[in-house]
Amino acid sequence: MPDQPGKSAIEVRGVRKVFGIGDAQVAALDTVSVSIRENEFFTLLGPSGCGKTTLLRLIAGFDFPSEGEILLHGQDIAPLPPFKRPVNTVFQSYALFPHMTVAENIGFGLEMLGKPKTEIKARVAEMLKLVKMEALSARRTSQISGGQQQRVALARALAPQPKVLLLDEPLSALDYKLRKEMQIELKRLQHQTGITFIFVTHDQEEALTMSDRIAVMSAGKILQIGTPWDIYDKPAERFVADFIGETNFLTAAITGIGNGKARATLKSGATIDATVAEGFQPKANATLVVRPEHAKLTGGKGDLSGTVENIVYFGTDTHIHVQLDSGEPFTVRQQNTRSAGCGFERGDKVGVSIGNDAAQVLRD
Amino acid sequence: MASAEEVAKAAERRDIRDRWLLSAPALLIIFLAATGPLLIVLVYSFLTPGPYGDVKWQFSPEAWISVFMERDIFDDTLSLAAAHVTIFWRSIKLAIVTTLATLVLGFPTAYFMATRSEKTRDLWLFLITIPFWTNLLIRTFAVLQIIRNEGLINTVLLKIGITPIQILFTDTAILIGMAYVYLPLMVLPIYASMEKLDFRLVEAGYDLYATRFQVLRRIIFPLVKPGVVAGSILVFIPALGAYVTPSLLGGGKNMMLSNLIELQFGQGRNWPLGSALSIAVMVIVMVALLAYVRNAGQSEMRHG
Repeated sequence: MPDQPGKSAIEVRGVRKVFGIGDAQVAALDTVSVSIRENEFFTLLGPSGCGKTTLLRLIAGFDFPSEGEILLHGQDIAPLPPFKRPVNTVFQSYALFPHMTVAENIGFGLEMLGKPKTEIKARVAEMLKLVKMEALSARRTSQISGGQQQRVALARALAPQPKVLLLDEPLSALDYKLRKEMQIELKRLQHQTGITFIFVTHDQEEALTMSDRIAVMSAGKILQIGTPWDIYDKPAERFVADFIGETNFLTAAITGIGNGKARATLKSGATIDATVAEGFQPKANATLVVRPEHAKLTGGKGDLSGTVENIVYFGTDTHIHVQLDSGEPFTVRQQNTRSAGCGFERGDKVGVSIGNDAAQVLRD
Repeated sequence: MASAEEVAKAAERRDIRDRWLLSAPALLIIFLAATGPLLIVLVYSFLTPGPYGDVKWQFSPEAWISVFMERDIFDDTLSLAAAHVTIFWRSIKLAIVTTLATLVLGFPTAYFMATRSEKTRDLWLFLITIPFWTNLLIRTFAVLQIIRNEGLINTVLLKIGITPIQILFTDTAILIGMAYVYLPLMVLPIYASMEKLDFRLVEAGYDLYATRFQVLRRIIFPLVKPGVVAGSILVFIPALGAYVTPSLLGGGKNMMLSNLIELQFGQGRNWPLGSALSIAVMVIVMVALLAYVRNAGQSEMRHG
């Protein structure tokens, strides 16, 4: 189960990957360590160029680490070529073989493993059923739609029953509705097959909705590993808070710490309690993060005061951008109701109240 | 009033007519230049040879009979022209071996070029085309300088104390020369296919437990097959009619098809036979090509 530490399927230990030689060296991965549990839906999340695809390629065996080891069920696989690793990949571009039919694509891995023909046939039929593509098994891969190609790519990677399935932004080429469908489909497949999924994406919403755990990466490093809830509500660093969802940053002085809570004095003079990581020392210049939906606008006085600058309607909710008197910008998200508007207008003097459990102190 | 549809149709008809009219001169020239000489050769092959070359305008099937048959000088009975068959077979064999040799050398070369970075690829492409800048005769002489008795190879062999070997004026010499001359014609079409190959498919192959050889056989080769077919055609056809290279490097010991045809138009003074031989070669090439292309296409269907 995701929240209890189980046996690790993949363990990455101190892996560095350097491209180029001499002065032109670039570290795509800078001493990364992560342990991915068995039967887990694990997501590597980060902007492009953060090293998430490099890490995936190292696990797949397309590249080899400059330093460090990669353990699969305790065995170091880092020096093995990709065809000797019980790990399969779903490629971003699907990389289906254009000269083979759907069924031949799915059976390719088993055929290369030297499985008997009857077994391959049975397994291919099973896979076709799993991804609901039975009707199109004899088609060429060029004759099916993008969503269907996606399913074939999944079936092809799952057919040899890998220990770990790697998915490199597999949904990025699909349109919004299809993507939503495939997200649910992927979760279903993961539960049904019980295989560890390592999923790479730059889409934070996708990561939050699908993953058991997420590793947020930036500039070749893993910044934070945790459940979606951890990552969203307790971001450890500014980058994590900023990359995932919308966030308000407030400067505050931390005056006292106890019981996982910090006493923070805001620029407005108000004092609030904020959650804080263990080992944090009080200091005058700390940063607090507050999610827009965890703050409330009031007509009168709140913890902060400011002027409404802009009101943006989003259908399900409304974002109210406030310029605080301290000069900092602040956004409040308010759930919409059918009857009335948001109750504020541009130029209104407003107060912002921050709930007792809403703020989080950043590590840096 | 004509409907919008009728107007559009009329415009389209006019468009098509104009297109044909404008391209007619070019088409006419291409048609005449391509088929005109061939027609003349075809007609000549059914005429009687003149006493000092040229032809007499008198129908005779004799040239066609003597392509493969020999008329006995005493009793006029026909028997198989063993000499012609031998020459045909020798030329076909040389063309096949040349095609295979250039394929074996050219495929890895094209793969190497296609897997370089984009910048260096252009450099390799440029290097491959350099031999085309030089006259065929000069290129052949260059090969001759390397393999002749006092040439580069034998000088080196002598220096390191190994007995020199006779390469020049052997079949090996012809093959070396042919492979050298026709290699770019094999490399370029394969490279063109290979460059378009999505190398993520190769990674996908490795990911699905295919070894390097299996990836080559099951993924790379089927996908670059059009290039291989084109390259083989481009090498086979000129290799079958090669004249300069076999003559110079083979020392004229063994007559090739090209020598035989040249002989008929020269000392043989038998233009109709020369014409008939030329047409026969063309037919052989066409039949071979049709069979090859069709076979290549079918096997692709089977694999796919």
